[in-house]
Amino acid sequence: MAKTITTKVLVVGGGPGGYVAAIRAGQLGLDTTLVEEDRLGGTCLLRGCIPSKALIHAASKFHELGHAGNIGITLPQAASFDMAKAVSWKDGITGKLNSGVAGLLAKAKVRTVSGRAVFSDAKTCTVQTAEGPQTITAEHVILATGSVPVELKILPFGGDILSSTEALSLAEVPKRLAVVGAGYIGLELGIAFAKLGSQVTVVEAQERILPLYDAELTRPVERWLKKNGVTVHLKSMTTGFAGKGKSLKLQYQSADGASQDIPCDKILVTVGRRPNTQGWGLENMAVDLAGPFVKIDEQCRTSMRNVWAIGDLVGEPMLAHKASKQGEMVAEIIAGRKRSFDHVCIPAVCFTEPEIVSAGLSPEQAKAAAHQVKVGIFPFAASGRAMSMEAGTDGGFVRVVARADNHLVLGIQAVGAHVSELSGEFAHALEMGSRLEDIAGTIHAHPTLSEALPEATLAALGHALHI
Amino acid sequence: MSKFTFKLPDIGEGITEAEIATWRVAVGDTVKEDQPLVDVLTEKAAVEIPSPFAGKVLELKGSPGDFVPVGSVMVVLEVAGEGAVEEPAAAAPAAPVQPAAVAKEKPAKPVATPAPTAAAVVQPAPSAPVPLVPRSEGEKPLATPAVRQRARDLGIQLSYVPGSGPAGHITHADLDAFIARKPVSGAAVSNARQKREGVEQFKVIGLRRKIAEAMQRSKQRIPHFAYVEEVDVTELEALRTHLNNNRKPDQTKLTLLPFLVLALVRAVPDHPEVNGTFDDEAGIVHHPSALHIGIAAQTPNGLVVPVIRHAETLDLWQAAAEIKRLAEAARSGKASREELSGSSITISSLGPMGGIVSTPVINAPEVAIVGVNKMVERPMVRNGQIVTRMMMNLSSSFDHRIVDGWNAAEFIQHIKRLFENPATLFID
Repeated sequence: MAKTITTKVLVVGGGPGGYVAAIRAGQLGLDTTLVEEDRLGGTCLLRGCIPSKALIHAASKFHELGHAGNIGITLPQAASFDMAKAVSWKDGITGKLNSGVAGLLAKAKVRTVSGRAVFSDAKTCTVQTAEGPQTITAEHVILATGSVPVELKILPFGGDILSSTEALSLAEVPKRLAVVGAGYIGLELGIAFAKLGSQVTVVEAQERILPLYDAELTRPVERWLKKNGVTVHLKSMTTGFAGKGKSLKLQYQSADGASQDIPCDKILVTVGRRPNTQGWGLENMAVDLAGPFVKIDEQCRTSMRNVWAIGDLVGEPMLAHKASKQGEMVAEIIAGRKRSFDHVCIPAVCFTEPEIVSAGLSPEQAKAAAHQVKVGIFPFAASGRAMSMEAGTDGGFVRVVARADNHLVLGIQAVGAHVSELSGEFAHALEMGSRLEDIAGTIHAHPTLSEALPEATLAALGHALHI
Repeated sequence: MSKFTFKLPDIGEGITEAEIATWRVAVGDTVKEDQPLVDVLTEKAAVEIPSPFAGKVLELKGSPGDFVPVGSVMVVLEVAGEGAVEEPAAAAPAAPVQPAAVAKEKPAKPVATPAPTAAAVVQPAPSAPVPLVPRSEGEKPLATPAVRQRARDLGIQLSYVPGSGPAGHITHADLDAFIARKPVSGAAVSNARQKREGVEQFKVIGLRRKIAEAMQRSKQRIPHFAYVEEVDVTELEALRTHLNNNRKPDQTKLTLLPFLVLALVRAVPDHPEVNGTFDDEAGIVHHPSALHIGIAAQTPNGLVVPVIRHAETLDLWQAAAEIKRLAEAARSGKASREELSGSSITISSLGPMGGIVSTPVINAPEVAIVGVNKMVERPMVRNGQIVTRMMMNLSSSFDHRIVDGWNAAEFIQHIKRLFENPATLFID
């Protein structure tokens, strides 16, 4: 058995929360060790954000080829899609990012240990490495074990029943795909497969798609689904599956109570993710939980002294950028800096067709928080740039929510093609405490989609120029 | 519009220079006519210097603690009208605010009556406090990430910091103002036993510098000889109480000091060596025949010594009135140079705080100072009996170069006899 590693900071998990915490701790001169059982990068780099965006990009490009006649592009024969090749291209990206993270950790002088850490007490864990068991004791422990897809008992993963992870590495495009759950993961992947030619059917228990976003924002996505032949069964409870191979069927109870089934080749189950709290000795660490999550304060401290937790493990929103910011903060607190997680907003992006961005409060949320609000909307149909990139007809818009009394911007949302890239300005405006006048008074380059934001603020102020 | 250079005027009394105490305006301020520009300190008095014109402050010359000769430029003002200027040619092209034509239309006026300008009056003073937007209960303070981080590093909760920006935005400047108002560590908690850090620095200027210089000169150059004697003031106190109880409405209430003045008036002619000044560089002692008694007085700014001139001409009530008048003038800073100089002997009293013994510092270049200690009832032996007597010590210092111990003792013993037999204070 290798001798015990004694470290100042032990980071458990090499995802966007853990590896950022480790890099920052290393930069600050703290003796840091990171343990990861899989490759470095976490769900985000290996099974989530990045690979799904790669697949979505490939699907969109393929889809556009068949729909470019109106701008003068026709193909002599229908374009074909090689799923295996796309997956290997995607794997190339994740591989690059994975080695990039390893390089960054090395540069920050972080020791990495490969294997699963299992804790015997709050500051001691044993890792089963390829070379044998390795014990690590630490002064500070940062838990960043992330989350895993929720599995339904009636639809156990395996074979033709897929989680998002398997869906991103299929050998070929399924002819018929049934998706359980119309949250952002289900719809992002469902739409991508629809673009690649799958017959996609979505079953959702709630009364509308993307229940975390308001109806106004999701309407353009509903429109696209309808227009592109994706069937969505709302208020429908999945009851199980039957058959296999060619005779596979997803069974559900529709809104009127009738039992229905959907013949399909694959079933994608995307009913959420749960924090990864099991199987690594969390129960031995005397750390309190809050529901399924690890309980933390605004500095990511758990109930155990010098044990910290970040990312998906500690609650919603389960977003990589939240985890990274928490990781950076915790490293700095351990190094003696004064930090607190007091951000105005954590922006969220949904890579459906069209894309959705939300930062801060929606009009309903603002009203619920007892604010008198002004709302300004600018449709991309009125944007020259949107028209010039075929993004003016999908019903997209930018929406600004501000306080009526002092015009403080409370929230900015958008839906439309390519709007994910606007998320940075939205979040920045909120974080800087902008008022409508601050955004309206900022010259935005023409012609860009970003012009829609100042136009929306002008609309809220009652004097939009282009609508 | 043109420039006016304001020079330190001759403030009289033969003063050739003054020390800047406090600027009352800042560059960019709009000032009205007669608005105080600066406080200066002459050798003995603080003087407030008003602006002769309305205008805008362009430049301030010198900083607090600097000595400025009479006639040197102190403030450059932008004023209206050509007549009020000293450098019209240089200023005219640079004046950016008003069209030149407007200024030219103004009649040339003599220095004393500058043409008023709307701009000067209407312009809001930049130093006016920005109205702060109140935050409602539970509302999150509004600040950029950089301001929030800085506040955290300083241990300041932003919810306590008023925001001056739009919508109550807390700026870096608001944070600076909050820090200036409050010690950094104090903001977070109200822990009385919190460790205090840091040192506050003050430049020793103005009166404090004068005191420091005078005390240093006195103690460095004068070999002090201290002499303490106890005095039975029972009879004196009985007389003082009687006189106070029967005084006329226009008569000042008597303290011990007017009696001491009278005692000096009686004793000094027999001990002329204690009254006077010693010019130790020239090696000459001046013994005036007049008796100008300095009274050490505490003011909010520090110690000053107003002077009872020709104390030999005053009766008890007049001495009391003069002491009261001078003390008030000194405390309010209104004492003239004449009233603050020229003493030949000084008396010092801390009243009920007088303690048992003190070692007063001679008011150089004088040669003697008489200090009064606390009056207290003590058991004393008189004719073989222990009796209660009102006792008080006199603590005095003498310049031993001029006054011998023997002479000093004789002088104090004389005062003691006068105090213990108060009728003799009034008998020629």
